[in-house]
Amino acid sequence: MSWIQDMLISPFADFAFMRRALVGCLALALGSAPVGLFLVMRRMSLMGDAMSHAVLPGAAVAYLLAGLSLPAMSLGGFVAGVLVAILAGLATRYTEVKEDASFAAFYLLSLSLGVLLVSKSGSNVDLMHLLFGSVLAVDDAALLLVAGVATFTLLVLAVIYRPLLLESLDPVFMRAIGARGGVWHLLFLLLVVLNLVAGFQALGTLMSVGLMMLPAIASRLWAASVGGMLLTSFAIAALSGVGGLLLSYHYELPSGPAIILLAGLVYLLSLLFAPQGGLLPRLVRARHFTN
Amino acid sequence: MIALDNLTVSYQRHPAVHHVSGHFAAATATAIFGPNGAGKSTLLKTIMGALKPDSGQVTFNGISRRDLAYLPQQSEIDRSLPVSVIDLVSSGHWRQSGLFGKVGRHHDEASWNALVSVGLEDFATRPVSALSSGQFQRVLFARILVQDARLIMLDEPFNAVDARTTQDLLQLVARWQKEGRTVIAVLHDMAQVHSHFPQTLLMAREVIAWGDTASVLTQERLRQASETAAHWLARAPLCQVDGEGA
Repeated sequence: MSWIQDMLISPFADFAFMRRALVGCLALALGSAPVGLFLVMRRMSLMGDAMSHAVLPGAAVAYLLAGLSLPAMSLGGFVAGVLVAILAGLATRYTEVKEDASFAAFYLLSLSLGVLLVSKSGSNVDLMHLLFGSVLAVDDAALLLVAGVATFTLLVLAVIYRPLLLESLDPVFMRAIGARGGVWHLLFLLLVVLNLVAGFQALGTLMSVGLMMLPAIASRLWAASVGGMLLTSFAIAALSGVGGLLLSYHYELPSGPAIILLAGLVYLLSLLFAPQGGLLPRLVRARHFTN
Repeated sequence: MIALDNLTVSYQRHPAVHHVSGHFAAATATAIFGPNGAGKSTLLKTIMGALKPDSGQVTFNGISRRDLAYLPQQSEIDRSLPVSVIDLVSSGHWRQSGLFGKVGRHHDEASWNALVSVGLEDFATRPVSALSSGQFQRVLFARILVQDARLIMLDEPFNAVDARTTQDLLQLVARWQKEGRTVIAVLHDMAQVHSHFPQTLLMAREVIAWGDTASVLTQERLRQASETAAHWLARAPLCQVDGEGA
């Protein structure tokens, strides 16, 4: 049993930075997983990626103004992300451009501006930190941010769950009954940006998309109801967080990619073995019913 | 109940609905009849509020827009989502339950009764992805039953639906009329119009005739409708009706 103790427990028991990272990962999973699930259900799986690039110039401007300060960079990133979401939303609503195209256009604008600002500011090391983060270095401020965002996300989702789900399922119906679907959509995009920003310090802008999307996509292969998918995606995200941290500790791997790779591995296994449309269950020929 | 006043709706300045005036009689069923491209769906979408008219207006008398159920020609429902039949039907309770309100036992009963009315109670807990398109159309009718709306608009509701299902759903249209609801439906089957729709609007961008079905659907007027719709010029002259071109 001491083997289990050594492998799974003592890293967290012995080191405060590992405990912090664990709490950070679990809180991130709690907020990101349901947001990712709604992105998948709305066929906006690539939107998270677009938004993660869109936050860059805001963080860069904050860095230029305030130095390597997490609150400032988070706020900057949040403002830039929301700005892109609103502009893309307006363009979709009032012109002929479709939603995916207008998000692509605005995030590219934002990203190029961000890269320009970062390269003017000098050091590439900071850019790497921004893009990839380090969960092993989260401080109290970052933990509070992550926990706060997770709490806010769950509360908001609990309130707007019904209209948001209905709007994903049947937008024409929402319009016909005069419910303003756009409000829920925008509020939801706000949550996407918030959760990406929360993942900043821990995983970096690029990797935090992974914790948002991979568990959500995999969950569809396991559960046949929205509630089931929510629980499954959270479980996968949490498992990947804990497992990734342990891998990173024992094998001296960078923690962010380790976590996301583990989530990716769960997705690959789900593709093969999961009961709701996985590959192997499809190959097994069961006798059919009489009707 | 619903009056159209000199209504024009265009796509890139080409009118699909052109100077249409008239009103839909309350508590009866009106069929909208006409060739493809006659502006029938456009008219429904404008009444529904999804399209803005270039000029003219739609007025609701003694009814609010929220008291309206609309079945689009092609539903944009994402049927790959893991939602059960009964849940989809229950979304029709929206007006009573609101965004956040409780869906109580009497709502559940209403949903169940609606499913029984369309003969799909056995499918209540199955996912919507498991249904054929005809069965799915029945489910959408069940949701309209639950919505309990005073105005019901159906855009080609019987496309790709078999004869038995069409008959069953037409019974619902008859029931709605008896209950004093107003039904407006875009249809292409003359027999269905004659048997279940006392009123008809025959249109080809403009109103060809509007009134009692028997007097509207004459050979002469049908020919007129198909000829009007067939003409379309990429560079048509500007319309001069009531000084619009000025």
